[in-house]
Formats: sequence, structure tokens, C-alpha cells
Amino acid sequence: MKVSMTVNGQQHTDDVEPRLLLAHYLRDVLGLKATNIGCDTTSCGACTVIVDGLSVKSCTVLAAQADGSQVTTLEGLAGPDGELHPMQKAFREEHGLQCGFCTPGMVMAAIGVLADNPDPSDREVREGLEGNLCRCTGYHNIVRAVRSAAQAGPAAGQVPQDQEVAR
Amino acid sequence: MSILGTRVVRTEDPLFLTRGATYTDDLVDDRLTGALHVTFVRSQVAHGRLLSVDTSAAREAPGVVAVYTAEDCADLAPIPAGLPMVPPAMQRPWLAQGKVRFVGDIVAVVLTEERYQGEDAAELVSVDIDPLPAVVTTADAAAGEVLLFEDAGTNVMATFGEPAPADFFSGCEVVVEQRMVNQRVAPVPLETRAAAAAWGDDGRVTIWCTNQGAQQAKGEIAGWLGMDPARVHLITPDVGGGFGAKIGADPEYAFTAWLAQRAGRPVRWTENRSENLVGMLHGRGQDQTVRIGGRRDGTIEAYSIAVDQDGGAYPRVGIILPTLTMLMAAATYAFPKVHAHGRALATNTTSIGAYRGAGRPEATAAVERAIDLFAAEIGMDPAEVRRKNLVPSFSEPHTTPSGATYDSGEYTAALEKALEAAGYDELRAEQARRRERGEARQLGIGLSTYVEITGADTGLGSAESAELEVHADGTATVLTGTSPHGQGHATAWAMLASDQTGIPVEKITVLHGDTDRIPRGGGTMGSRSLQQGGAAVHQAAVELVALAKQRAAERLEVDAADLELDLAGAGLAVRGTPGAGVTLAELAADEPLLVQTRFEAAAPTFPFGAHVAVVEVDVESGKAELQRLVAVDDAGTIVNPLLAEGQRHGGYAQGVAQALLEEVLYDADGNPQTSTLADYPFVSATELPSFELVDMATPTPINPLGAKGIGEAGTIGSTPAVHNAVIDAVAHLGVRHIDMPTTPMKVWRAIQQAQQGGSNA
Repeated sequence: MKVSMTVNGQQHTDDVEPRLLLAHYLRDVLGLKATNIGCDTTSCGACTVIVDGLSVKSCTVLAAQADGSQVTTLEGLAGPDGELHPMQKAFREEHGLQCGFCTPGMVMAAIGVLADNPDPSDREVREGLEGNLCRCTGYHNIVRAVRSAAQAGPAAGQVPQDQEVAR
Repeated sequence: MSILGTRVVRTEDPLFLTRGATYTDDLVDDRLTGALHVTFVRSQVAHGRLLSVDTSAAREAPGVVAVYTAEDCADLAPIPAGLPMVPPAMQRPWLAQGKVRFVGDIVAVVLTEERYQGEDAAELVSVDIDPLPAVVTTADAAAGEVLLFEDAGTNVMATFGEPAPADFFSGCEVVVEQRMVNQRVAPVPLETRAAAAAWGDDGRVTIWCTNQGAQQAKGEIAGWLGMDPARVHLITPDVGGGFGAKIGADPEYAFTAWLAQRAGRPVRWTENRSENLVGMLHGRGQDQTVRIGGRRDGTIEAYSIAVDQDGGAYPRVGIILPTLTMLMAAATYAFPKVHAHGRALATNTTSIGAYRGAGRPEATAAVERAIDLFAAEIGMDPAEVRRKNLVPSFSEPHTTPSGATYDSGEYTAALEKALEAAGYDELRAEQARRRERGEARQLGIGLSTYVEITGADTGLGSAESAELEVHADGTATVLTGTSPHGQGHATAWAMLASDQTGIPVEKITVLHGDTDRIPRGGGTMGSRSLQQGGAAVHQAAVELVALAKQRAAERLEVDAADLELDLAGAGLAVRGTPGAGVTLAELAADEPLLVQTRFEAAAPTFPFGAHVAVVEVDVESGKAELQRLVAVDDAGTIVNPLLAEGQRHGGYAQGVAQALLEEVLYDADGNPQTSTLADYPFVSATELPSFELVDMATPTPINPLGAKGIGEAGTIGSTPAVHNAVIDAVAHLGVRHIDMPTTPMKVWRAIQQAQQGGSNA
């Protein structure tokens, strides 16, 4: 079947199997490999992307369901001149990533957290990221990064495609 | 000022945060064009006679190129038991033959054009198994009524030492005994296992796979396949976590090479999480019996531990874990007598391997529980019992009764620092108040002190290679035999090279994990990387500067002794002659400026520390929540505090997870109960507090950096602190011991049992 969507500001139209997951569409059809798949039960959140302003787990959405949508992945966050998104910058400065596998999903989910609550407490960040698993950092520096990004202002809770992001 | 010891942010991160790292499943490589997808068909039965495998329907499914069963790979010799102490009959066929021995044993393999087609076709493979009784626990295995390998005549994979003599505790006023479970857990790196293989026209195979050391993985794969290692080129792409479970190779990785040859096309394999949770090695899995004896004044005179290690269905590295547990049995204590012995047993479960700490957390968990049990028995504060028995401060090597030689230690200082930072006396006062008032939410305070062994020689040596080359454009390249998978070696190794040469960190590229470019290497495991691999990079930089000095002396026609390092200019300057000198880049323009070196560590190192955990336990529901974790971790000199703290944080989380939550479970028939992340209680952000880190740095004399390992210490210290805290919270209700994980159900039951007057342990 035919699906069309805008991914990181670019329009794509492809013929896909109806059962193709959005995560596999992004990775295997579009070649956007930042979005990772870490489980098969919607538990880990490594595949989190932003679809029409909502942070969603792309392993639990069919590509067909995203037809007509605006999708943002990690690759779509930095500015055209390479300037890092405030969340990317905060993850780097606070050492919020180690192996990097959960990172693309964690960064997208964290943007969603700030979209909901621009200045969350530690506890609120932890609750907001409960569906995103990390084995390396113990979450300590991820929480610090999200709180630090919040200090950068509303841009930390938005994606460059100018969508209103809500969790 | 030296760059060492400063918080340099990672050079890896800009790419990781914008394009993502390139893991094995992300690879785009011409050699993998048209690769077939590999799907393994695995046994759903833990133990049984394999009667037939019917692949006819699968062969007809869309996209299927081939389906193989055991008879198709008769040319492959079974994977040997590996270690000399293991009965040779305990070998693993590539595809199950005659029997299946765990849920996850491979019975067939499907090659398809596309990913989803593989799962479709695998479901069409019809496997007929006549079930046998399953051996699920070490006790079942030891009983020996059902054998996994009939030809071996036993389920015992290996035996280490003899039981303690009967009079080992004679003369002790108090002897406490406890059986405890150090439960089986799943490592769960976020990246599952993945591999790809492609044969070249030159008769060599290139294998890409996610692992913790390319050179070791290559050696194992070549050995299993009976190939000349020179024909294997192994590449380690970015790796999404390992935690010990990616040490060496797995049979599936080697299989991809065989499949690519057989099919005449490149192949790739990426397991899903359900496959990972039964197929990847698990960790821990010890049943322990500890005894501790001493005087009522708190002096401990003797300690013993007996370990039954669950080995799983086929022997892997897990079977040697008891030796590390035994080596570290004496822990931080000056016990006059220590005895340890163990064995590893075969069960119809996933094989056990290394998991963050690998044998040492099990030693620490046992002795730290034992100390608390002893303290409870004599009615003394557990901090006081520790103070009385810790090895006093030492800076000369200290050899323990269990045979380890510690390099340096300040155990009492670490404990006092932790107690002070936690506000121990205030915590005890608060606990007393809550007990007095009979509150539902009781406070538990748990302590641990630990010492562990890092950089141990587990058969691969204690050396590491490094190559450093400076290029004419002022950049430099480091080649290392270590194998980062989150630790930040690209940053830390660049710092070490920069510290000696003055070349800025951002101009230094660190490469690893390509066996053609880096033939020798020990990989990253056992917290060895900085003290061996980092030391090798340091040594390479020192040697490169010496070489540059010679060349500069010739070029400038001065005495080498008149040259001094100009760190700011990344070159050599003539002393007392401003402006006279030459940069390393200029020297490299003349002829290659490169050194290859190898650092040999004289001995392992022994980081140590003390943790204090504070938990609240709801005595009505049994739910324990970690409120605080205060941690003193002394890993010698720190090269980059940002990275070292990150290692500590991650270690704590995994330790807390074992104490409170995580456990791999099987039913009585050997069916896994935790084979998805919906079932396995992987610790999340909500179950952890932010951690309270206290710094302490006692340099080791073993390497020029003064560094000990930090990768596993956090796990080793935190597990018993949290475990002790949960039991401490309900001790006043009569609870003496609860096995990990201290889930609400177990805590609640322990309280109920204690209240009914029975012993809960």
C-alpha cells in the first residue's frame, strides 16, 4: 500500500506492506538509522519519535497509521548549520548518554516531557521518562540533562518543524 | 595544567546525538548488499528428545531461500566444552541433535530475502519434541536424577576446592549460618545481539558483530569453525551496551559466517528482545551457603562460603564465576580464617556468563549479608561490627586468606566517609522514631563495604596494545585493543594522548575493533580498560614524544637534551631559544611519526568503597523504595570525573535493580517466565533516586596512571547496601533474612512469617 508522510521536513511516498512498522519504515525504507528498536513489547522506548506533536513509540505504530503525518526523528533535531537542539546539547554537557542506544528515543521522549511541563522536578522527569529504558546511565545524568535543557526555554520542548509537541 | 582529571565532555556525542551511533543492524556496507536475513528456530521445550524437525512448509514460504537443520551442518564440529575441567561430553551442537537442553536451543535456521519473512517462515517449521523432566535448579542438578548430558554421567560442570573441615568454626562463641540466593538476572544491553557476514573473493570472511573485544571474538569464531584465523576479519561497529554478556563471541555470530558461505550470499542477523532474553547469556545465578563465626564483642574469627553456580545448559564463562567469588571471599575484612569452595552445575536454562562484576558482586553480597546477620545475632550496630573487622589502612600489598593480593586500601576511611555523608546517626534516630510510632513506612539503613579485583588475568593476559600516529595536518590517530561500548574511550584515550603531546583532544581519533588494523587486543571487560588500555595509550604517547625528540634533534641540529616539550604548540622547543623548534606535525610531514607499544600490567588492582542505602518499606504492602544511595568509590586516580561518575551511576542502577527488582524466572518445567521486557522488571527511572557520590582517590602503584577499574564497582557496592537496608527496615518485626530481589511479595511474606513467630529464613 502507498503511504505518504513528512519526515524531518521532507515529504516521502512509498509502497509498503500494510504490516510494516513505522520504526522499520524509518530505518529500512528511509535509511534513518538513529531510531533504534530495543524490544518487542513497547517497553523500552528506544524507538520513540514525534508524530504530529506527540512522542510515540514507533515500534507500535504501523507506517500506514502515520500516513499523512509529520514525523520528527533524532536526525531532524539539529539546525541546518549543525547547531544542536537544546536537548541534544544538554545530553552532551551532562553526560546523559553512554552507549547511545536508548539516546535517540530518550531525547525525543524528553522533548515530549518538556512540552507537557516546561520546568519539571526530578520526580516529574523520572515519571515522564518511565517508558524509556536505559541500562548505562542509571538515569542520573539523563534527569540532570532534561532539567538543564528546561532552563534553555521553550525551544527545549519543541522540534524544529515548528510543531506543538505534547506527550 | 594537565587535562587529566578534568570534566572533558565526550567527543563521541555530537555524532551519537545527531545521526545516532552505527550499531551492527545499522550498517550500510557494499559488502552486505543483498544480504539474506537469518532467523533461528528455537526450542520451546526446556528438555526433551528431539524427534523430528519438519521444514517442508517453511521452505515453500515466500522469500525463503534456505532452511537448515542439524543434518545440513554435519561439517561443523560441536562447540567444545571449552575449559579443561569440564567433562568433554558437555559440548554444544550448532543445531540441536538428539536432545534439546533449554528453551532457546537452536533447532533450525531460516534464510529469507526480507526480515519479516523470516519470522513467518520460522513459525512454519514443525518441531516434534518428546519432553523429559527439566532440571531447573542447582539442587535438581546436584541430585543428578536427570542428566542433561548422559555421556558425561553427571550434571557437575566443574568443581573448585573442597568443603571446609568440620572443626572450622570450633572455638567461636557465635556461629551464624544462612543459605542465600544470588539470583539469575538478565544483562539486557539495550542493543540486542546482531551479526553480519560476507565472504570476499580472497577466501576471507568479514564478520561484523556486537561484542566487547574483536580479537577474542575472532579467535573464538575461527576456533569453533575450524578456520585459520587469518581468514577471519572481524569488525566491531558501535556497540549498544554489553555488561559482560557480549564478551567473546556467541555461536550465532560464528554461524553467520557458515551460513553466508553455504548460501553464497552475505547474511545478517539481529535478534529481537524475546529471543535475546532466552538466547543471550544470563548473569549471577549462585546458591550460596555462608557461615560466620566469632566473639560476642564483634570480632569475627572465621568465615566460609560454599557456592553452587548455575551454569545453564551449556558451559560458558559463567562456570568459572565461583573462582572469582572464592578469590574475593575475604573481602575488606581481616578475618583470620576464610574458606571457600564451589562448583558449577548444568541446568535446562540459558547459559550463565559474565554480568557487571562477574563473581565479585556475589562474593560481596554474601559477606555483607553475613556481617549483618552476625551483627543482628550479637545485637551490635552493623557499622560497629564492620569497624572492628576491616583490614586496617595499608599501602603495601596485603594478601588475604582467600589468596588475593590487594594493592592499596583505606577501607575504614571509606566507611567513615560514607557514614558521615549519609548522616548515619541521624538516620538511626529517625528509624528509632518510626519504629517507636509503629509507622507503616519504616526506614531501613543498609551498609556495605567492598573491595573488588579489576584488570584480572582471566586467561587472556594483562597486557594491552596501543598505536599512536601523528599526521602532517596536526591530527593524530590512536588504535586501541580495548573495545568501548559506552565507556567513552574515544574521549579518555584522546585525553591521555593529548596530555603528553599537546595535540588537542578534538584532533585525536580513537579507533578500535578491526582485527585487520588492530590484530592484538584484550577488549573491554573486568574493568581493565583504563588501567591497561589507557596505560598503553599513555605509554605510546610518552614513546612518541621520545621518538619525536630524536628526530627533532637531528632536524634542528641540536642536542636532544636541549629540547623540551611545548605542549601548547604540540611540538618540541629548543630550551632558551624562543621561536626555535618544530611541531610534531612538521616532523610527521618528513616521515611517518608513529609508535606501536604494549603495556603489560604487573598485577590486577583492587578498587574499594563503602555504600549506605536508605530505603522506606511499607510494612503493609511490603514495597521497598530506595530513598538515598550514598556511595564512596575509590578507583585510584581519575582521568575524567564525568566519565567515572557515569560508570558509577550505571553500576549503582544495576546493583539496585538486583537488590529490589530484577530476576529471571523459570517454571518447574523450565519455561522462562521473563522473556520479554513486559515481564522482566528492568529498572526504570521512577524506581531510582539521584545518587549521592562521595569522592575518594587512593592511587595504585600498579600502573603509571594510578588508576584502578571503575566499571563494575558501583554494582558490587550497591547491591548489598540496598539489600541490607530492606531487611534492616523490617528487622524489628523479627525478619532475619530475605533473598533478593526483595519484591513486595517476598518482604510482605517475610513479615507475616516473622509475626507468626516462625523463622523466615
